[in-house]
Amino acid sequence: MNLDTLTLVSEQYSDELANYHHLIHICAGTGCTSANSMELLDRLNEVIKSKGLQDVILAKMVGCMGLCAEGPVVNILPDDILYRQVTPEDAEEIIDHLVRNEVLERLRLDTHLPFFTRQQKTALVNSGIVNPESIEDYIAHGGYKALLKVLTQGDRLAALEEIKRSGLRGRGGAGFSTGMKWQFVYEKSNSPKYVICNADEGDPGAFMDRSIIESDPHSVIEGMAIAAYVVGAEKGFIYVRAEYPLAIKRLRKAIREATKHNLLGTGISGTGFNFEIDLRLGAGAFVCGEETALMQSVMGNRGNPMPRPPFPAEKGLWSQPTLINNVETLANVPRIIEKGGDWFASTGVGKSKGTKVFALSGKITHTGLIEVPMGITLREIIEEIGGGVPGGRKLKAVQTGGPSGGCIPAEYLDTQVSYEALNELGAIMGSGGMIVIDDSSSMIELARYFMEFSMDESCGKCIPCRAGTAQIHNLLSLFVEGKATENDLEKLEELCEVVCNTSLCGLGQNAPNPVISTLKYFRNEYIEAIRRNPDAVERMEINHE
Amino acid sequence: MSEIQLTINGQAIKAAEGETILETARANGIDIPTLCHQEGVTPTGACRMCLVELDGTNKLLPSCVTRAADGMVIRTDTEKLKRYRRTILELLFAERNHTCAVCVSNGHCELQSQAQAHKIDHVNFDYRNPQLIVDLSHERFGIDHNRCILCGRCVRVCDEIEGAHTRDMRNRGIATLIITDFDQSWGEASSCTNCGKCVEVCPTGALFIKGLGAGEMVKNHELVPGLVNTREVVHAKN
Repeated sequence: MNLDTLTLVSEQYSDELANYHHLIHICAGTGCTSANSMELLDRLNEVIKSKGLQDVILAKMVGCMGLCAEGPVVNILPDDILYRQVTPEDAEEIIDHLVRNEVLERLRLDTHLPFFTRQQKTALVNSGIVNPESIEDYIAHGGYKALLKVLTQGDRLAALEEIKRSGLRGRGGAGFSTGMKWQFVYEKSNSPKYVICNADEGDPGAFMDRSIIESDPHSVIEGMAIAAYVVGAEKGFIYVRAEYPLAIKRLRKAIREATKHNLLGTGISGTGFNFEIDLRLGAGAFVCGEETALMQSVMGNRGNPMPRPPFPAEKGLWSQPTLINNVETLANVPRIIEKGGDWFASTGVGKSKGTKVFALSGKITHTGLIEVPMGITLREIIEEIGGGVPGGRKLKAVQTGGPSGGCIPAEYLDTQVSYEALNELGAIMGSGGMIVIDDSSSMIELARYFMEFSMDESCGKCIPCRAGTAQIHNLLSLFVEGKATENDLEKLEELCEVVCNTSLCGLGQNAPNPVISTLKYFRNEYIEAIRRNPDAVERMEINHE
Repeated sequence: MSEIQLTINGQAIKAAEGETILETARANGIDIPTLCHQEGVTPTGACRMCLVELDGTNKLLPSCVTRAADGMVIRTDTEKLKRYRRTILELLFAERNHTCAVCVSNGHCELQSQAQAHKIDHVNFDYRNPQLIVDLSHERFGIDHNRCILCGRCVRVCDEIEGAHTRDMRNRGIATLIITDFDQSWGEASSCTNCGKCVEVCPTGALFIKGLGAGEMVKNHELVPGLVNTREVVHAKN
């Protein structure tokens, strides 16, 4: 497919859509499909057909609209009316109202909520608009234009420059400059080279990457193809968790359709560029999100991390130069190519440019997926977009970065979200999980929960992570059970330091973070736990005498 | 190969390019403790005992896999490193059931020697006391998982030197266990050639020759490096 045929497909599909008076968008993400949204789609189609309205109303599935807690969500265009918690039984009523140009107030959700108006979408721009199972729909919304632009211009360095200028940083958590990463691989003269999309999202409470793939798989594929062209790779892998069946299904279909249209495969769009993508399904190990372990797993080995250096750009898959980017990072790429690096960099704060997708969960009114500009404050995210803490409870802390991150207490809510600011507070940006904690939760129990996760997910290769996380978990249990002493607190702090500084990979190096940050901001809870232990109190008194 | 200059513990040292920090240090009489390192097979950087400090970075470097570079200023014996190594050793002692007095390797055990060198007389953590099996199904050898520290030497030697790949690991984290073939008992593992290299490289009494009493298992540390050396010489001649 070249630019002309792309435009043709786009126009044809847009014309087809323009024939309808109304479009009904039904969310087909995991949250809404689990709440029966596909049966709702069938029912809507039946009703439309039975009333002979198939030429004026089109019901189609789209990706996630973000408000997962209110699913199934239905959006009616062009009127932009949003219905929530819609059941198949509501289908007839919805159509009847639509025909009469009336709104079904019973199901209506206000689209003027800050949840919708305060967001700014880049990676999620097609999410909730495009049918994730239709390449034509993606193309009609400007899809694959960026890839063909890069290919027809044929200037790899110019495209690389654009990515560098955008200031895009890895959205998987570490925040390394994407442009620099690309450049390292670009500069290597040996071939073959590989491109990997890391879709092994595993933090508890994180579902950004799953949602992006389920909602807009082609944007990830397009981003990968652009990356491959720039760095000089002809083979790509998407490493996706087997626990994401819908994402896998949509990726398979998207790869098949893109190949059919010659947007993947050999001689793409009549140029000399070849690129094919294979899927690799992760067998449920969190550590395989770590890039060296991920590559071992792609090659069919046990998913154990390897010491870095050598970095993947130098010696990656089968010892060849390899580029690894996260799903969200790649989904941003077509947008940057299309609109320019400066456009992307115009949003954000300091060295954190663009927007970031967060998965809001925990004690928050609007659980769901949001995309916000970097530099927004945590307060705006939680109180305005998220609708605050429900049940009259008070906000205690926000946890970002999952088992590798930390807690930010309520008094720092006016912090602007950026890689640097979150690091400074002892939390991390992470991949985008944001768990809201209210005043009914114990921070020690939260820390223990994450430590149990890290302990279970440690690969077992290096001693500090394997045995250290188990001992930290044991110590935390003493605190939870009221059996801890002052000595245990000292031990806990020392052990956290050792595990951080001596572990082999990011999993172990960051595993103590939830403990360290709760010790920093909620130390009183640890002290109170010691006071609950009668033996410890006695000993404290003796010491003080 | 060009020569490089670096400083280890204040001592100016010349090294050949391509050498690891560990190799350079040991060649110059500076010992860095190791547990997973095995001369002759691929280093993995797993035990973290050989971490060293490098001027200019606050990250500790595993000396077994980090190449020595010109101008490096390295410290291998700071109080911080010693404290970290003691903690790692304590974590190992608390992880499984290491009872020296009744062990075949008593007096010849690398874990025990390291503990002595680091003056460990007690363990700060709760003993986990896991219930692990002792596999005595092989005709000549036995494996006692209670004494295993998961250094992975046996796995690498079996794969890289013997070429049998009888051994691997199953599970992960604290539940990791060395296995033979498809998690069969050693006696049933058909790929095992009975060469015994895994026994000789095992740093503790986890792998042993059957029939020996406490303290009687003395490992041949020269076997694998000697074999690798001989192969290299033969290869060079051909």
